Amino acid sequence: MDARVQVPKQARRGEVIDVRIAIKHPMETGFRYDVMGKPIPKNVINSLLVTYNGAEIFRAELGSGIAANPYLQFSTVAEASGELRFEWVDDNGTRGEERARITVTG
Amino acid sequence: MGNESFSLCSPVAAALRRVAVAWLLSVAAFIAAAAEPQRPEPLKSGIEFAGADIRALQADDFSNPAMLWMARGEKLWSEAPAEGAKSCAGCHGEAAASMKGAATRYPRVDPGSARVVDLEGRINLCRERNQSTAPYKPESDELLGLTTYVAYQSRGLPLAISIDPQNRRAFERGRDRYRTRIGQMNLACVHCHDRNWGRRLMAETISQGHGTAYPAYRLEWQAVGSLQRRIRACYFGVRAEMPPFGAPELLELELYLAWRAGALPVETPGVRR
Amino acid sequence: MKTRYPRRRVIATLAGLAAAPLLPARAASPAGPLAPLIEKITGGAPLQEGRVRLEIPRLADNGHSVPLKVAVKSAMTSSDHVRSITLLSERNPRPLMAIFHLGPRAGRSEIATRVRLNGTQRVLAIAQLSDGSYWSASAEVEVTESACLDAG
Repeated sequence: MDARVQVPKQARRGEVIDVRIAIKHPMETGFRYDVMGKPIPKNVINSLLVTYNGAEIFRAELGSGIAANPYLQFSTVAEASGELRFEWVDDNGTRGEERARITVTG
Repeated sequence: MGNESFSLCSPVAAALRRVAVAWLLSVAAFIAAAAEPQRPEPLKSGIEFAGADIRALQADDFSNPAMLWMARGEKLWSEAPAEGAKSCAGCHGEAAASMKGAATRYPRVDPGSARVVDLEGRINLCRERNQSTAPYKPESDELLGLTTYVAYQSRGLPLAISIDPQNRRAFERGRDRYRTRIGQMNLACVHCHDRNWGRRLMAETISQGHGTAYPAYRLEWQAVGSLQRRIRACYFGVRAEMPPFGAPELLELELYLAWRAGALPVETPGVRR
Repeated sequence: MKTRYPRRRVIATLAGLAAAPLLPARAASPAGPLAPLIEKITGGAPLQEGRVRLEIPRLADNGHSVPLKVAVKSAMTSSDHVRSITLLSERNPRPLMAIFHLGPRAGRSEIATRVRLNGTQRVLAIAQLSDGSYWSASAEVEVTESACLDAG
């Protein structure tokens, strides 16, 4: 799944950093019909998990009320250098993943 | 003069002559004005008619949903489309260098087929001619991604469309179509975008109808779409039959619109309602 | 004709008035349709208004994508932080829009996203704090449509 994440490359220890993610996904509601009149089945990204060096820092349960091509912004405290990992799954079971490294100084 | 015939030298005739000349001049001016297409004054991009939320989305390259398509295009640029075929990068190298300015010159007449092509069409021609691969389907993620990526390399650069003997006929057809009433609502583009830009149409403010931000992410589509798709939506809006993707009338309109946008900068990838 | 009030009714009314000061001082009572869902979310605990700031445009360009931001006043320490933020819609076919799980590592109890709104309505944000209390804010959003609807 196409996605973009934004994590500062560098931060000071203890600094609160903004983290953003944008995922290309239709977040199909299940209420729409195609041009032939057939209902388009529901398929939304239903959960997203963000871990920082393996520990959970953010988790989201999403529904069709979240706009297509979901965009999320949250924050976390820069504690140690390492990796932020973003994992998500949609109703069809398709998984997506992105990683970003961060260097924490001080 | 003693005869009854009208003399061209009499004072009355002189006065009539002056009136006739004045009338002929005004008719000529009228014809000239009608024949010569007018650009809106001042030229304003569609983003100037958008609300704060749309402007905020377009201004931030991360929030801009269209950048997800651009990212796809960036990947495709370096991918070989088929066994043994070169990727775009294989011939064009770094897009930032080779494609800079390219989008300011489209639509243009393709020398090979003598037809007007827009950027999407040119990419597909490249696939067929130079990569021995089937063209991308219209509005496919791949085609939109690559078109967005290529056009993005010209972001901020002014459009540079000139009318020459090669594209003049197509340009005139596009210009005439722009002024032709269509659909159950019997409206021409000129009625909204030349005569009523800045005014409200239901909850929206009518723009001048430039295509400089396309391919663009439209909230209504929940996806990126091409200018052809947007023009088709206009046809639908006036309850006219939509021309199919790639129809000459769409390309001719695109050419006219690109000329009409003057030196407005390329804005791709834009965000619109 | 003189109105007669049955004695039962008088006693019941007086009892109700007497009980009034015992109700929570700042209980929010949002629109009826969301009440059962809110009850489920809070487990019956009262939903208080305050501490939560919900930023959402008063007039949305298009219901398909409406930007929103929720910020909760919290120290965000291990003993005092926001556990979760829940977004509810009054008129969407599925009222529960999202649940965001935070925690002390968040640093700031703020989230931003874009939601789909099925027409003009009220949106509600509920924050659950680490002490088990629930706080909320709501906002009314006007949702308009594009003038040139697309067939495809």
